[in-house]
Amino acid sequence: MRNAAGTGTGLAAGGFLLAGVVLLLLAIGLNVGVGDLRIPLSTTFYALTNALGWTAEPLNRIHETVIWDYRLSRSLVAAGCGAGLALSGAVMQSLLRNPLAEPYVLGISAGASTGAVAVVILGVSFGAGLSAVSLSAGAFAGAFAAFAFVALLSNGTRSGADRTILAGVAASQLFNAATSYIVTTSANAQQARDVMFWLLGSFGGVRWPEVWLVTAAVGLGLLGCLLYARILDAFSFGDEAAAALGVNTGRARMVLFAITALMTAAIVSMVGSIGFVGLVVPHAVRFAVGPLHGRLLPGCAVAGALFMVLADVASRVLVPQQILPVGVVTALVGVPVFSLILYRVQRAS
Amino acid sequence: MSFQAETLTWGIGRKTVLHELTFSVQPGEMLGLLGPNGSGKTSLLRLLAGLKTPAGGRVLLEGTDLRRLPRRDIARRVAFVEQHAGTTANLRVEDVVRLGRFPHRRPLAGWTAADAQAVDAALDRAGMTAKRGDGWHSLSGGEKQRAQIARALAQTPRELILDEPTNHLDIQHQIGLLRLISGLGITSVLSLHDLNHAAMFCDRLLVLHHGHIVADGPPAQVLTPALLHGVFSVQATVDPDPQTGRPHIRYVR
Repeated sequence: MRNAAGTGTGLAAGGFLLAGVVLLLLAIGLNVGVGDLRIPLSTTFYALTNALGWTAEPLNRIHETVIWDYRLSRSLVAAGCGAGLALSGAVMQSLLRNPLAEPYVLGISAGASTGAVAVVILGVSFGAGLSAVSLSAGAFAGAFAAFAFVALLSNGTRSGADRTILAGVAASQLFNAATSYIVTTSANAQQARDVMFWLLGSFGGVRWPEVWLVTAAVGLGLLGCLLYARILDAFSFGDEAAAALGVNTGRARMVLFAITALMTAAIVSMVGSIGFVGLVVPHAVRFAVGPLHGRLLPGCAVAGALFMVLADVASRVLVPQQILPVGVVTALVGVPVFSLILYRVQRAS
Repeated sequence: MSFQAETLTWGIGRKTVLHELTFSVQPGEMLGLLGPNGSGKTSLLRLLAGLKTPAGGRVLLEGTDLRRLPRRDIARRVAFVEQHAGTTANLRVEDVVRLGRFPHRRPLAGWTAADAQAVDAALDRAGMTAKRGDGWHSLSGGEKQRAQIARALAQTPRELILDEPTNHLDIQHQIGLLRLISGLGITSVLSLHDLNHAAMFCDRLLVLHHGHIVADGPPAQVLTPALLHGVFSVQATVDPDPQTGRPHIRYVR
């Protein structure tokens, strides 16, 4: 009976993962197809198989260029960012034992914004190079400044979850204030608008270098978190319970915070801070596959990727001739989904 | 010798909570820790479990200083049940009990037959086999406590430490729990509030008052009207129970 139950939930989790991957591939195909230039799913499919040398279907050159140079890279970055944010959110919620925790809870997005804004408006330059590169570098530096601030303020991750959250709140306030200060004192109208768009998150302008970067960051992050899956389970009843089970809690927290901070900082520096994915997706996945991290974390990666790709599709088709910031879409979709989850959880308990 | 505390001292900030405690726990013994609120019981249990580092003195586990043992090695033989175990994750009872195997499993090793056997035995001993598939949030207070004890037993400990395990349980479950612990045959150290329960089940009692040991010995020696008045500020008479011979306390209004 125990084995039947065990494999049953294992099968369910496997099915969830498989279905998620299939849906994700379809969503990426859809995402590549929509926009000012509509591209049929079959064209996308053949473009891919042609590139792999499996087929030699003659295709419209413009379609191929749009697929390879713009849309596919954008879809893959969206998928990678969704996966990374959902994964970070799940880890933060478990580690801080707070259902409201999300990837930005340590002030990372606020720090990244300050760094990016400093680059855009004050022209702080990190070595010679393209402005896009120095913007990302600035965002990354800002994100890590915030993380260091939180780590210092919360006594080097040795103290409890509440103190870490409070330190994160303080860091967010501080860096948001710094961002506002820079924008109001130094920005012209166009700069302010650019910054605004970036702050709400955007996949505009991402190309293949971003694909490799996000794949590396999120791939390594997923691997690292999976190695810590059992330790995260051991944190279910709090730090002291984890320590009593033999977990080196200080080191585990430090490593996991660093992994999620790295992932989040890489994502924020590329596409800005996209809210709600890291908060909502882990709850939805927990609902489907349960709270054990060996299943929860891969589930979050797939579901987060799917959600983000669909949000990107929506951001490009909801308003004709205009692209909404993807953060607006994730919030517009995320809040009702979140409400539904809260409602159902309430009824269940 | 199971645990040995040598001039064990601990404090929060400037306040010293435990003053140079020296005592030892025999293997297989059930040691009850008594004392009013704030006397340092929980701190002492955490020090014994190696969850806190002493400010002075040391705790030896079978002759080895706890500070020199890796956390995982301690967790393989000492299990700790905290006072209010709570979680936001709706784990199934079986998943909670499986956590007890954590210190025994290598990081990437699979679930072995020995692990499964330990979990089954622990569930059985704690009387939670029927509830193994239930979610944590659907359990009553007593069931949560029993699930945590099953988790601790799945660690296959030689020493079991429990912080007020009978708190918030109805009388049936209090007695059931103490009977369960006394029947385990392993060393156990537990803090208790009910002095009669302590007298009924424990082999030995240690009484803390303001962070000092004020009594240490078998229940019949420790539980005297003078101690009850001095430490707990209550008037009481103590008579041996006609059936068990253990002391029975009757409080005076």
